Amino acid sequence: MDIALLSALNAARAARQAAVLVTDLDGQMPGRVVTADRLADDPLAEAIRAAIRTGRSGLVPDTRTFLTVQVPPAQMVVIGAVHITQALIPLARSLGYEPVVIDPRTAFATADRFPDVSIHAEWPDVALPPLKVDRYTAFIALTHDPKIDDPALLHAFEKGCFYIGALGSRKTHAKRVERLGGQGASAEAIARIKAPIGLAIGAITPTEIAVSIMAEVIQAWRQGIA
Amino acid sequence: MLASEDDILGKAEAWARAGKGVAVATVVETWGSAPRPVGSHLVIDEDGTFLGSVSGGCVEGEVVTEALDVIGSGKAKLLEFGVADETAWRVGLSCGGRIAVYVEKVA
Repeated sequence: MDIALLSALNAARAARQAAVLVTDLDGQMPGRVVTADRLADDPLAEAIRAAIRTGRSGLVPDTRTFLTVQVPPAQMVVIGAVHITQALIPLARSLGYEPVVIDPRTAFATADRFPDVSIHAEWPDVALPPLKVDRYTAFIALTHDPKIDDPALLHAFEKGCFYIGALGSRKTHAKRVERLGGQGASAEAIARIKAPIGLAIGAITPTEIAVSIMAEVIQAWRQGIA
Repeated sequence: MLASEDDILGKAEAWARAGKGVAVATVVETWGSAPRPVGSHLVIDEDGTFLGSVSGGCVEGEVVTEALDVIGSGKAKLLEFGVADETAWRVGLSCGGRIAVYVEKVA
């Protein structure tokens, strides 16, 4: 392996970029590193795209070409240190998502309620920029408060998060659509919001709602990315 | 796990940049029950220092030995490991599976 390839792989990793190292096990062809944004021109584009989607390394079927897949670790940003969030955090963790919680209401965002979690008792416009929200981020707005959720959602649109969900009934969401439109968000961006949040499994308790949200996040990740 | 995989390749690059001979071993195929998934890495330097794993510890010793050979020759190798019973004179996988490990030098 050329050290330049190792470097490219490590650089992609540091930049939270998906990348695939292509290796010919028979040593006939030199290896290469393909990043997600350079897929189009690659002869193995289809196989590489599929590998990035599943996050699994493996041989290209019926060949001696091995794909080493490197996908950035998934993050989860939750706006609102509420009851559902308490149920959602351990669930997200067990599935490999590193959660961050933001809520400017200091009564909610306490270490007592959220032990061992990265929690920011700040407004989203202060807390979000340093977090490097990106397309490998699931973004979940649960405060019910437009002052807090709306600016956060605008940030999520801008960063192209693979999942954007917001708590609220259809009626609440209709008002949200109107407000976000008024703040310059495109109809296309607004349509990306999953609301009412979560898969429709008849969830009632906060834990059940957390499960329905998590299931929707997994669906978006496995069926949508790359 | 992904994060630690990254640290492994980061370490391989750091060793190589420090002028060490380095090999990267990757699990490229598994059959039956295998301890580590396809894509798992073990990196080895010329002194036999290693990081990561390609099995639950069953075959690492042999992979390290082969890696030193690869570092010396510069020629990549494809190693296969099966259950210990079949190849009693070699190390094997107690779990009963088979794995293929590709070992190449960083140059």
